[in-house]
Amino acid sequence: MNILDLLSIPILNISSSGWETITIAQRAADALSGNSIELTIFFLILCILITVSMLAGLGMVLIYAERKIAGHFQCRLGPMRVGWHGTLQAFADVLKLLLKEDLVPARADKLLHLGAPFLSILATVLGLAIIPMSPSIQVIDVNIGVVYVTAITGLGVLGALIAGWSSNNKWSLLGAMRAGAQLISYELSATLGILVIVLFAGSLQLSEIIQSQAEGWWIWRAHIVGIIAFFIFLIASTAELNRTPFDLPEGESELTGGFHTEYSGLRFAFFFLSEFVNMFVASALVVTLFFGGWMPFHIGNWEAFNSIMDLIPPAIWFAGKSAFFIFLLMWFRWTFPRMRIDQLMRLEWKILLPIGFANIFLASLVILTKFHF
Amino acid sequence: MLFTFYLFAVIAVASSLGVLICRNPIYSAMSLVCTFFCLGVIYILLNEEFVAVIQILVYAGAILVLFLFVIMLLNITPDGELFRLNIPKVIGIGITIGFLAQIIGLFLSGLQYGPKDIYTVEKLTEEGSIAVIGRLLYGEYVLPFEVVSLLLLVAVIGAVIIGKRRLD
Repeated sequence: MNILDLLSIPILNISSSGWETITIAQRAADALSGNSIELTIFFLILCILITVSMLAGLGMVLIYAERKIAGHFQCRLGPMRVGWHGTLQAFADVLKLLLKEDLVPARADKLLHLGAPFLSILATVLGLAIIPMSPSIQVIDVNIGVVYVTAITGLGVLGALIAGWSSNNKWSLLGAMRAGAQLISYELSATLGILVIVLFAGSLQLSEIIQSQAEGWWIWRAHIVGIIAFFIFLIASTAELNRTPFDLPEGESELTGGFHTEYSGLRFAFFFLSEFVNMFVASALVVTLFFGGWMPFHIGNWEAFNSIMDLIPPAIWFAGKSAFFIFLLMWFRWTFPRMRIDQLMRLEWKILLPIGFANIFLASLVILTKFHF
Repeated sequence: MLFTFYLFAVIAVASSLGVLICRNPIYSAMSLVCTFFCLGVIYILLNEEFVAVIQILVYAGAILVLFLFVIMLLNITPDGELFRLNIPKVIGIGITIGFLAQIIGLFLSGLQYGPKDIYTVEKLTEEGSIAVIGRLLYGEYVLPFEVVSLLLLVAVIGAVIIGKRRLD
């Protein structure tokens, strides 16, 4: 096996003809059954490489994007000094965080204080592994995809809770309590939003949910029900991400820094990184469930238009759609003021949850009467 | 496969012992998270990904978070004495021994190993375990399922009423 054989494998072939999904874990299993140890190791390394490079790369890009977008929303320029238009600013910041002293408060619980950032990042990495980025770029495709994602996002809060408690600081503890209460509450609404699409697609597997949208995206085909589910899911996942207007766990004006007040250096960077990458995971999930994942944009029977759209590789479609939703989340952050904790709870339990239940009931009626496109 | 099972079984037993032995209640709760993860892995080895993920979603994601909440808010200090015998503990030990005896009795009286009736591994992988679970829950076992749901609803309403009375 020489290097040319490695290059000719279909992983590098990004043509969008045929929507058959072959995950990288599947390729590794095939290679193992074909007695090709080199290929198996190559694919397994590729699995790790994709998740790790996504984590690092997305972290850098999203932090730069956030600062630039915040700048332009507030009529300033954002970072401009390091590199062309401040493009190297993120690298400089990471370098600074790497070199900073790693402080642990004197009366903190050392073991838990040191471990909490890893719990946070663990949930993020596990979530990244099943994001379908194109028919050929997906690390693993579990048959319970959607439930898996819900379980994993629920785990992220353990990191915040442990971080807040182990810091031995009342602001941290209050932030952690808020993070826990918020995530547990909004997880219900997010799940209700997802369930509507699961009903329509008839599968929990992410690749099958995408394939069920070959004739049209669910936001369009499931019309009213789909749009309500989309808004519920978007609001609930913004809350799960702890982003403004729901960033009470780290509300600077009241809690100094929330659950990560006592963190410095690389461990603080870990919390930040997992927050930003979670934003990508949530956007990717919105795209997968409601906007056809890596499927190109098609209009009815405009053959010429559709075939031009097909020329754009699915990975580009996926990246473009997720980038739009990441921009939307950043737009929220620099537009809306922060909510109060009682408003937050009222929004979930008295408004979103009843709408969610009514919506899922309506969705089952729509499916039974086949009143969708 | 067998090696993976033994590895995670040993970790599961060790971390559930940790739940009992740890003096700090937060460490006990974290050991419980570890136990749930190991049980999840064992479910996956049994080809039941759905049960595994629901286990992590419900126990590690929701119930454990509530445990942590209560422990953190009540600010329980580490307990000094490890073993203190009082009446509830004696009753608890009695019930535990009773359950253990029942499990041992089940094994001795010829337990049916492997797949039950028509639900073989091949059938489960062909149909998908979620479809099978769904059909069983909403078909054959719909009455027990609804009774359990009603019981949970009653428990929720009871909890709300008790909580409200304290406030008034």
